Amino acid sequence: MATALRSPAIGSSLSRVDGRLKVTGQAVYAAEHQIPGVTHAALLQAEIAAGTVIAIDATAALRLSGVLAVISHQNAPRLAPVDDAELAVFQSPAVAYRGQLVAVVVADSLEIARHAAGLVAVEYDARPHDVLLRPDHPGIYRPDKVNPAYPTDTEQGDADAALAIADIVVDETYETPAVHNNPMEPHASLAVWSGGDLTVYESTQGAADTRDALAELFELDPGAVRIVSPHVGGGFGSKGKARPQIVVAALAARVVGRPVKLALTRREMFSLTGYRTPTLQRLRLGADSDGQLRAIVHDVLEQTSTISEFAEQTATATRMMYAAVNRRTTHRLLALDVPMPSWMRAPGECPGMYALESALDELAIACRIDPIELRIRNEPAVEPETGKQWSSRNLVACLRDGAARFGWADRDPTPGVRRDGNWLVGTGVASSTYPTYRSGSEASVHADPDGSFTVSVCGADIGTGARTVLTQIAADSLDAAPDRIDVELGDSDLPRGPVAGGSMGTGSWGAAVVRACEALVAKLADLGGVVPDAGIDASADTAAEVAALPKLARHAFGAQFAEVRVNTMTGEVRVPRLFGMFAVGRIINPKTARSQFIGGMTMGLSMALFEQSLLDREFGDYLNHDFAQYHVPTCADVLDIDAAWVDERDDRLNPMGTKGIGEISIVGTAAAVANAVHHATGVRVRRLPITPDRLIG
Amino acid sequence: MRGLRRLPLPLLRSPANVELQVRVNGEPRSLLVDTRITLLDLLREQLGLTGAKKGCDHGQCGACTVLVDGLRINSCLALAVAHQAADIVTVEGLADDDDLHPLQAAFIDRDALQCGYCTPGQLCSAAGMLAHEADRPSFVTSDLAGPPGPLDAAEIRERMSGNLCRCGAYVNIVAAIADVAR
Repeated sequence: MATALRSPAIGSSLSRVDGRLKVTGQAVYAAEHQIPGVTHAALLQAEIAAGTVIAIDATAALRLSGVLAVISHQNAPRLAPVDDAELAVFQSPAVAYRGQLVAVVVADSLEIARHAAGLVAVEYDARPHDVLLRPDHPGIYRPDKVNPAYPTDTEQGDADAALAIADIVVDETYETPAVHNNPMEPHASLAVWSGGDLTVYESTQGAADTRDALAELFELDPGAVRIVSPHVGGGFGSKGKARPQIVVAALAARVVGRPVKLALTRREMFSLTGYRTPTLQRLRLGADSDGQLRAIVHDVLEQTSTISEFAEQTATATRMMYAAVNRRTTHRLLALDVPMPSWMRAPGECPGMYALESALDELAIACRIDPIELRIRNEPAVEPETGKQWSSRNLVACLRDGAARFGWADRDPTPGVRRDGNWLVGTGVASSTYPTYRSGSEASVHADPDGSFTVSVCGADIGTGARTVLTQIAADSLDAAPDRIDVELGDSDLPRGPVAGGSMGTGSWGAAVVRACEALVAKLADLGGVVPDAGIDASADTAAEVAALPKLARHAFGAQFAEVRVNTMTGEVRVPRLFGMFAVGRIINPKTARSQFIGGMTMGLSMALFEQSLLDREFGDYLNHDFAQYHVPTCADVLDIDAAWVDERDDRLNPMGTKGIGEISIVGTAAAVANAVHHATGVRVRRLPITPDRLIG
Repeated sequence: MRGLRRLPLPLLRSPANVELQVRVNGEPRSLLVDTRITLLDLLREQLGLTGAKKGCDHGQCGACTVLVDGLRINSCLALAVAHQAADIVTVEGLADDDDLHPLQAAFIDRDALQCGYCTPGQLCSAAGMLAHEADRPSFVTSDLAGPPGPLDAAEIRERMSGNLCRCGAYVNIVAAIADVAR
């Protein structure tokens, strides 16, 4: 599978092809489709964290002019049972977490719907709730697997024996809080029934999977359901599957016999759209005095909900990152009366690598070795747990080239000694990694006699630049200029493609686009190069190609470098410089790739310093459920962030030679910042985020 | 244990509709509006101008920023009826037909957007800031007495911090605005 694409378009910094639509306000997001006769929905959420709804009085609401229906478990149509209990809305009076959906009001306007929602009286029978993740809880259990299908625990050699005789041992516990994805566009669904057919304009990363979920719930033929999502205002995992609001919209539209628009409020998103679980991670490293790792043990505790299980794969990066003969990783879960945790950008790698890369920094200090040299010394020749060959692994190049660009060479490792007025200054480093997944995908291409092409695949551009890079991939596959290519995404009627998740969009959809274009070029050659008046079509399905890929360890790597300043009076942390160096195969578009890298690093900076969802133990919900209290970086918090990449050629991935770049850049950032904070101050904060109270006091 | 009971609110008198005269993107509009509707919902739901975005509905994210009489405001916090006779410009009104506003062109050139959902608010905010606030000091201005200096990166960051971007395009947003501010 040699990389044979000519590449005038691939590798060029083509400006985002949907940029003009987005800067002129013409890009249409889910709730913005203009549908005649549309009605509006307002939700009622459970006001207890555990128990039962015993009465709902909608009399006053229904008396309001313009109210069409109040739907709850008392009167909702029955849905077919599905695996994801979260989607069984209004099917039972049971309350499994505070904020779970209890009822919806549908009305002629949003103002009327909201007013009416305030008039619905709900009575509950509450039982005491259990919402705090703690290591001594008797209900902690071992899940059967971790997301998506990794083994729960792994063990090689005898880690305990190796730790007992190691020259140097680091044994620390790191803590990460619950954090919420918070894409700027709240989850929204606009459902339209036409006879027995259902169309939903939806904010989703995966239109095809969402179509299947709805078809199952409403017992429809999948061909009778269409999900349309041309533009999506971010997702970061939270729009990776159907969420309850789409079921409510579809169900309500069926009840009232008119289209229903339901956009979640920011506050509702904190209980209904998933979040990253809090984690407690014990890391034990045993090493020779020269830093050679002998044992790595990573034990993870995290939470799930009582109605559905999500087990984040937090320790999986520890299984492949560094060489050590003895290794053990474990995941334990606690099911609580809390909203359902789910995918958030780099689930697993992101929190896990914060812990591992922090522990590596502590080991470097204990061994008196430069933290970059320590990582290079533990570079594995093959994937440690599986023994598989790497398709490519250029972590060392990222560390070395990144260090040179960042200016690491003269770094004095002594913590807490660089002062600039009231500020202590320090630098830190951490590694990044993310698996290179690829899924089978279909795609089609249509050629018109005027020399234009339409490429179709049910992928999603959630801000990644997918529409732009697929344009470039098609251009080179067809030997055409990018402006002759129109890429259609975000519609479940298009050829099926996998979810925009796992950083596999470009690799999966792009490979199918290449194959469809190759088929078209061959057809065109048979026709003597002349496109008939009706145009010609070709399509491809890469399922067999993906199944036949050689078994290799495919991962992307990176190194991140942070400079921090910590105010000795206030504890404020500023990050004047953040630099990432990545080894991610071939870069299709340097401009949009850099945006993804610095965007992920910005979110990593946010994880290090700002983000935490605070659970209210009294009421059992996330207390700081708005942007005034849930802090993400503002423009003033982000100073110099930049990214670059090594020239990595890997022809055993896909026809383009790409690795995914959507998630790797949030992996390691928090550790790089935390390590720099320690270098600046001598204070090791092992609990994110690094807020002033945790530095001073 | 009995759970909380939601207290029924008193039934209000029927919602009132009032006439509103405004100019939107240069066009005079005469509208009948629910007194409860926000300027943002009026634009999005009644006028089909969905460029202004709803990100939080609480004035905390800036995605709904539009220009009212030239000044940037959070339209989700503005009741439509409070803006009788106002001149409103949304992102749809920034370009001069096919000619993009310099900020729009700079945002594309610098890739100052990813998902695009905060982008209309960023653009309106930057346009209002450059047109009406650049000559006033900000929290980070060191010399309050002297003549206004050029807007450097620190000034732009400070003045644009009412507009959140979750994709993390801030670095490019600042570069794009700096290109135009020069």
